Amino acid sequence: MNNQIQNNGVERLTSMEKVQAGLAQRYAKERRFRRLGLAAVMTGLLFIALLLGSIVSNGYSAFWQTEVQLEVQLEQADIDPEVSRDPEVLSVADYGGLVKRSLRNTFPEVKGRRDKRKLYEMVSSGAAFQLQDMVMANPDLIGSTVKLWVPADDDIDMLVKGHIDRSKPESERRVKDQQLEWLDELTSQGRIRSAFNTIFFTAGDSREPELAGIWGAAVGSMFTLLVTLCLSFPIGVAAAVYLEEFAPVNRWTDLIEVNINNLAAVPSIVFGLLGLAVFINFFGLPRSAPVVGGLVLTLMTLPTIIIASRAALKSVPPSIREAALGLGASRMQMVFHHVLPLAMPGMLTGTIIGMAQALGESAPLLMIGMVAFIVDIPGSITDPSTVMPVQIYLWADSPERAFVERTSAAIMLLLGFLVSMNALAVILRKKFERRW
Amino acid sequence: MDTIIESSSVGLIKPGVIEPIKVEVQNTISRDDRTTVGEAFVDDPRMTLRNVNVFYGAEQAIMDVSLDIGKRQVVAMIGPSGCGKSTFLRCINRMNDTIDGCRVTGDIKLDGEDIYHPDLDVVSLRSRIGMVFQKPNPFPKSIYDNVAYGPRIHGIATNKTDMDEIVVTSLTKAGLWNEVKDRLDQPGTGLSGGQQQRLCIARAIAVNPEIVLMDEPCSALDPIATAKIEELIDELREQYTIAIVTHSMQQAARVSQRTAYFHLGDLIEIGDTDQIFTNPRHPLTEDYITGRFG
Repeated sequence: MNNQIQNNGVERLTSMEKVQAGLAQRYAKERRFRRLGLAAVMTGLLFIALLLGSIVSNGYSAFWQTEVQLEVQLEQADIDPEVSRDPEVLSVADYGGLVKRSLRNTFPEVKGRRDKRKLYEMVSSGAAFQLQDMVMANPDLIGSTVKLWVPADDDIDMLVKGHIDRSKPESERRVKDQQLEWLDELTSQGRIRSAFNTIFFTAGDSREPELAGIWGAAVGSMFTLLVTLCLSFPIGVAAAVYLEEFAPVNRWTDLIEVNINNLAAVPSIVFGLLGLAVFINFFGLPRSAPVVGGLVLTLMTLPTIIIASRAALKSVPPSIREAALGLGASRMQMVFHHVLPLAMPGMLTGTIIGMAQALGESAPLLMIGMVAFIVDIPGSITDPSTVMPVQIYLWADSPERAFVERTSAAIMLLLGFLVSMNALAVILRKKFERRW
Repeated sequence: MDTIIESSSVGLIKPGVIEPIKVEVQNTISRDDRTTVGEAFVDDPRMTLRNVNVFYGAEQAIMDVSLDIGKRQVVAMIGPSGCGKSTFLRCINRMNDTIDGCRVTGDIKLDGEDIYHPDLDVVSLRSRIGMVFQKPNPFPKSIYDNVAYGPRIHGIATNKTDMDEIVVTSLTKAGLWNEVKDRLDQPGTGLSGGQQQRLCIARAIAVNPEIVLMDEPCSALDPIATAKIEELIDELREQYTIAIVTHSMQQAARVSQRTAYFHLGDLIEIGDTDQIFTNPRHPLTEDYITGRFG
C-alpha cells in the first residue's frame, strides 16, 4: 500500500514536470505566431500606405489649375455687327480671334507667325468657349472690355506646378524660352493664379488635359450602378429566398447551386463577351450605354449576391422559423415576416460588396464599347458614356504629362466613392441588425 | 506497475452499482414485448391517433402507435432520449412536414377530421393546434408584437382595441401580464428565460387554439420558472387540451392526468398518471420510472 502511494506520487510529479517543461515551448510557439500575424498585418498596412501615398502625392495637384487673366475687348463689330442679339449670331462669332487679339495686345512686341502661335499656346483652347459662354449669358457685355481668368495650357500648368524643369536645355522641354519669359512677365503683373479646378469636377472627357473632367465618367458610373442595383438586388434576393426556403432538394437544385458557385469564379471579361453577343448583337441595345453596362455587371454580381444572401438566410436560427410555422404562419409569411428581416443585414452587405466590385470593374465594359471617348455628360441610361475605372484606364494611356496627375486624382475619387459605399453598408447593417 | 493497475481497477467500482435487483413477482409481461399496455383510448376523445408510423428516410422513428387525447386534460409523454416522443408530438400539428425526408403514415383525426387529408389546410390546422417549443423562441420583436403576431396573420382581431384586448388576456392567462405591462414595446428577447417561455405560451394561446402542444417546455428553465409554467399548465387545462413531452417524471406526475411511456419508437404503456407512477404494468415502464435506466 505504501509502495503504491509512493509510486503514484512519483508518477504525478513526473507528469507535472512534463507539463511544465512543455509549457515554455507552447508559450514560445504562441508568441512566434502572434509576431508573425502582427508582421503580416503591418506589411499589409505598409503596402496600403505606399499605394495611397503615391496616389495622393501624384494626384493632389490636379485639384488646382493655373489660370491666366485676359483682358478682352468685346467689339460690337467683331461679334454682332448688326446688333441683332440673336443667339445664333452670337454663337458663331470668332471668340478664338478675340482671345488671340487680347494676347497680342498684352505682348505687342511679338511678331512673326511662329512666335505668335507660341504665344497663343500659352492659354487653353477652352478660353474661347469660356468667352463665348460669358457673352451668350450676358450679351450686354458686348462693346466693353472684360477681364476674365481662363485656364492656362497644360504645359504651362505643369511648369507652374514644378513638373517641368526650367533648368533643362530648351530642346528637352515642352515650354520654350520665349514662353518662359512671357510667363514671368504675366506673373510679375499678377495675372497668373492657381485656382480650384472646378473643370475637373464638372466636365466630361477632353483631349486637352486642362479641360478634361471626371464628371462624365462619374455620371456614367452612377447610371450603370443604378441599373445594376435595380436588377441584381431584387433578382439575387428572390433567387436566394426561393432556393433556400422553397425549392425542393433534388438533382436540379444541386445543379443550379453548383452553377451559381461556378459563375462567381468566371473571369469578368467573359461576361463582357456575353453582353456583346446577347445584348448588343442579338437584342440590338445601344453600344457604350449604361443600360448594357448595367446588364453585364448584373450578370457578374448576381452570383455574389445570391451566395451572400443564401448564407444570410441559413444563419437565421431554425427556432424562429418553427415559432412562426407553429403559430400557423404560411411559408411565405414566415419568410417575409421573420426570416427576411433577420437576414437583411447580411444580404445588404453582400449586395454592397457586389456593387463595389461592379464599380471597380472595367474589363467587361471594354467589350461593350464603354471605352469610347465621350465628351458629353450622359443624360440617361441609353446615352453613350464611360465609367470611372475605364476613364482612369484611358487617361493613364494618354501621353500628356498633365494626365498623370488627373489619373491619380480620378483614382482618389473612385476610392472615395468605394469608401462611402462601404460606409453606407456598415450604416445599413447597424440600422437593420437585430439580436435574437 | 502491477500494484497501480490493481488499485485503479479497484477504484472504478462504485458502491451501489452491484445493488441486488428487486424481483417483481406481479409482472408477467416480458421486457421484449412491445405491445401497448393500458388504456390507450378514452370515451370522448378530442384527437384520435391510430397506427401512426413515422419514417426519417429509411429509418423508422415511430412504430404503429395508437392513442387518444381526451378533452380538457393533460397528456404527458415520457421516455428516454431518442424514444420518439417529440417526433410523435410534432405529428399532431404536422410540424414534421417541414423536415425533409420525414414521412408520416397512419390515421390522425382532430374531432373526427383527418388532419393529413390532402384537402386540409395546414395553416388553419396549426391555428387550431398551438405549439410551445423546448427552447424559448420569441420573435426579435416587441412583447406586444410577439403576442399580436398570430391574431394578426389569421385576421382574428380587426381593430386596435380588439388586438389590445387579446394581448392583455393572453399575457394574463400566461401569468406574465403583471411583469411586462409597463414594457410591452420592449423586445421579447430581452426577457428572462422563464418569462420568454411564458411569452411563447401567451403567443400560442393568443390565436385561441383548441389544443396546445408543449415540447419539453421547461428543460431550459430553473426550478422557480418551471414551477410557474407548471402552475400555468394546470390553469390552462380548464380551457385547452394539452399534450406535453417532458424529461422530468416528477413534472409528468404533477401536471398530467394521463401519461404515455415511449421506448425506442414504441408506445409501451399508457394510462392514468397515478396508476403509471404507482403501479406500472410493463417492466420497461417500471425500469424507467424507478430510475434504472433512461
